[in-house]
Amino acid sequence: MYKEKDFGTPASSATQTVNLEIDGFKVTAPAGTSVMRAAASIGIEIPKLCATDSVEPFGSCRLCVVQIEGGRGMPASCTTPVAEGMKVVTQNKKLADVRRGVMELYISDHPLDCLTCSANGDCELQDMAGAVGLREVRYRPITTHLNAVKDESNPYFSFDPSKCIVCSRCVRACEETQGTFALTIDGRGFDSKVSPGQNEAFMDSECVSCGACVQACPTATLMEKSVIDHGQPEHAIVTTCAYCGVGCSFRAEMKGEQVIRMVPNKDGKANHGHSCVKGRFAFGYATHKDRITKPMIRSSIKDAWKEVSWEEAIAYAASELKRIQAKYGKDSIGGITSSRCTNEETYLVQKLIRAGFGNNNVDTCARVCHSPTGYGLKKTFGESSGTQDFDSVMDSDVIMVIGANPTDGHPVFGSMMKKRLRQGAKLIVVDPREIDLVKNSPHVHANHHLKLRPGTNVALINALAYTIVTENLVDEDFVKTRCDVASFEKWRTFIAQEHHSPEASESITGVPAAEVRAAARIYATEKNSAIYYGLGVTEHSQGSTSVIGIANLAMATGNLGRSGVGVNPLRGQNNVQGSCDMGSFPHEFPGYRNVADKATRTLFENAWQVELSGTPGLRIPNMFEAALDGSFMGLYCEGEDIAQSDPDIKHVHAALRAMECVIVQDIFLNETAKFAHVFLPGSSFLEKDGTFTNAERRISPVRKVMKPLAVYADWEVTQMLSNALGYPMNYTHPSEIMDEIASLKPSFTNVSYAKIDEMGSIQWPCNDEAPDGTPIMHTEHFLRDNGKGLFMLTEYVATAEKVTPMFPLILTTGRILSQYNVGAQTRRTDNVAWHSEDRLEIHPHDAEDRGVVTGDWVGIKSRAGETVLRALVSERVQPGVVYTTFHFPESGANVITTDNSDWATNCPEYKVTAVQITKVMHPSAWQQSYADFSEQQLELLETAQQNG
Amino acid sequence: MKVEKLVKMANDISNFFDSESDKNIAAIGVKDHITHTWEPRMLKLLLEYAQQDGAELSVLARDAVSRIQAEAK
Repeated sequence: MYKEKDFGTPASSATQTVNLEIDGFKVTAPAGTSVMRAAASIGIEIPKLCATDSVEPFGSCRLCVVQIEGGRGMPASCTTPVAEGMKVVTQNKKLADVRRGVMELYISDHPLDCLTCSANGDCELQDMAGAVGLREVRYRPITTHLNAVKDESNPYFSFDPSKCIVCSRCVRACEETQGTFALTIDGRGFDSKVSPGQNEAFMDSECVSCGACVQACPTATLMEKSVIDHGQPEHAIVTTCAYCGVGCSFRAEMKGEQVIRMVPNKDGKANHGHSCVKGRFAFGYATHKDRITKPMIRSSIKDAWKEVSWEEAIAYAASELKRIQAKYGKDSIGGITSSRCTNEETYLVQKLIRAGFGNNNVDTCARVCHSPTGYGLKKTFGESSGTQDFDSVMDSDVIMVIGANPTDGHPVFGSMMKKRLRQGAKLIVVDPREIDLVKNSPHVHANHHLKLRPGTNVALINALAYTIVTENLVDEDFVKTRCDVASFEKWRTFIAQEHHSPEASESITGVPAAEVRAAARIYATEKNSAIYYGLGVTEHSQGSTSVIGIANLAMATGNLGRSGVGVNPLRGQNNVQGSCDMGSFPHEFPGYRNVADKATRTLFENAWQVELSGTPGLRIPNMFEAALDGSFMGLYCEGEDIAQSDPDIKHVHAALRAMECVIVQDIFLNETAKFAHVFLPGSSFLEKDGTFTNAERRISPVRKVMKPLAVYADWEVTQMLSNALGYPMNYTHPSEIMDEIASLKPSFTNVSYAKIDEMGSIQWPCNDEAPDGTPIMHTEHFLRDNGKGLFMLTEYVATAEKVTPMFPLILTTGRILSQYNVGAQTRRTDNVAWHSEDRLEIHPHDAEDRGVVTGDWVGIKSRAGETVLRALVSERVQPGVVYTTFHFPESGANVITTDNSDWATNCPEYKVTAVQITKVMHPSAWQQSYADFSEQQLELLETAQQNG
Repeated sequence: MKVEKLVKMANDISNFFDSESDKNIAAIGVKDHITHTWEPRMLKLLLEYAQQDGAELSVLARDAVSRIQAEAK
């Protein structure tokens, strides 16, 4: 199997080069390159054990020694940098003797079970024994580590210390790559051993199971259990992770059609060879027994499902949609595209709805996450996307994280951010809760934690802006040359009003004015300041205003258009950027162009050969409203779980029950499918070709590594449905869909599968102006019509969701590292070992007032509903605020969230719900009734599968 | 669809544009936002409400709605 080349030490970023000679061959290498790497670059492999190119060199194993002409002794080639005119010898008898001696010592304390070892065929120790010609081991040690006890506590990998050579690669990977510092070398000399935490089992330590240590281990000491169970993989295919918006590149290492392991791709430009517990290990859901692989239909959700052929299911779905349109009108049906599916599939679903259904009733899950980003950044900068690539953070001097939790939500990027912070960048955290970056990450701490009250983002952002404007910290040159000056002058006058001052807004935000001023000063005055934000910004009634406020801050301080700065939305799902780009919003065609625009509509009408509607369609919450009033009766929902993820869930369930035909296309019978009439089996990311677009606009390849379990990839299912409805689609491969997208979307003009294969990935815009893509946007001009950045006014308006004596606490929601979104994937993996239920975090003061201790069942009651969770008393939340995650349907987190939403986009206000907490003994009435409903639906499924 | 929700949506939109001191620009902002993003049946219901009563609409929202009505004629 092809393996990625290991150059032994990381690449140097120096631009100066050095000329030297290695074994008589001339080499030119960047200054700072190690001799080991320079040798590897011309195919000379110097033996090594403690060196690998993912971590800094350590120089401990002494296997990589070389001789340098004019130099003394035998320096380690991994820690010796190249020098001009240097002459290096990597092989001679002296070196061979030293290396053989080193290997002899290693092997004297190593179990010689190579034939049955899980690393057989992939063991660097074995390789080195061969490389140095070790033929005998003369030592007979009295004491060895051969009986050291295995640690099997982690569900995904085992730790066998008897095979450990104490090379510290795992320790350094944990420190340098992941930044968790969970591993140390405990003891000295012969007693030295790798220790998770303080001699704890891996699962009891701080380990986050990112897999960096397993990746770095040269032996079978740290080994994936899947490899132990199934043996070494025999081929690998590069693809893209289907979890968060970081979009890590992975090598799916295979045996036939079985995934043995997912290994982060060193050439991956988003992740540079790093991974998290989800992408690295939690892929088992793709072949979980709950996968549904046969289409099913039923006429009522009270009926048992009936397994049918694909032809029958598609014909039934099409006839129902036609029947509903005939009865209720053309606009009575619609669909939801998936941010988990590929760009090509998303494009096809919106095309089906616009061209096949004949209306614009298409929406996507970005409605409930980053739709305010799309609105705010389009208005101010002219494009609905973040401005930077991930690597940009390594040039930042100040990092402001607003309403995001990168170490949990975007862990691989979080590790990169932590690396930059350990190098000395300053950190401002704006969050009601103490996220790990504040002070729970080793060697990282927030210089300022602006612990604001939920719902007061705009007041705080305005206070930062007030400080910048009134303390003359504006980058006047940038504003004058790059921005719409009239809009800036209006904004300057607006923001300088006294009620925006940190002092005046302190009573609103709860953040001390001095802290706000100090944070604003470093943001405005350091060379490169970047803002990273998440759903803590967007999921508010003023989500779009906050995004606009952030854009104003960046423009006012000139923090745009170069590396190290920018406005960076951390997107939630793997392809949420892509699903928006592909035209999933009801008022916009692909490329964020309004459906009312005649020229755009003509472009699509000509391409699609059909007349298109020029009026906006329904957004998801509007679809629910229309369902309840009887004017929206059919839904095609691909790869989303609106019955769990959307707010005020009782309302959502009522709407789904009111519809006459709900078609769900998914890999599992998710919560939405329990309200469905047609179930079309979906395909996992391992079963199809396509592309995902991550949070940095990077279009990455998704490649089929196994046949679809249900025969068809999702794009093929959509195509079949379209054809059955009478709108012909005849694609033979997703690359043809991408070609169509490129022909219609100006920022994709030069994108093709051939180009993606050639470059590995491409960041849009990729067109004649930027043939190889655009890592950083707005370098010369903004993308608004006049090329200038627009300042907009951002008055703070308090949310309608008020705390009262009846609902005195504010509930805010978030996510956790090991689980993903509604949990449909991760709940079906061993990730439940870390998080098996959603809990309610409550401050000790609030807990004591209510007689609540950790582990108690507590009722959480809001104006919308009531649910019950177990309590976790924690000082991470401030008094008056409670927090929970939403990964388990039985938790009913969205029973209590309200239908308040962002003024511009209707993104729900998940982050602010007034609640009361009381100690209880039983689940809520909703939980009990939903458990009954859910059980009944699973029985109806079982009946179908038994009869099928 | 509940007209109260549409009225709240229109008022929320108006709250954003109300920062604009030139109320003509503000009203155009509200009008454009609604016409660019609202589905026809929502718009119809709001216009009907504005014609029949409109009391719960903010001043700016009412101004925007009247402009939408004028353009529709």
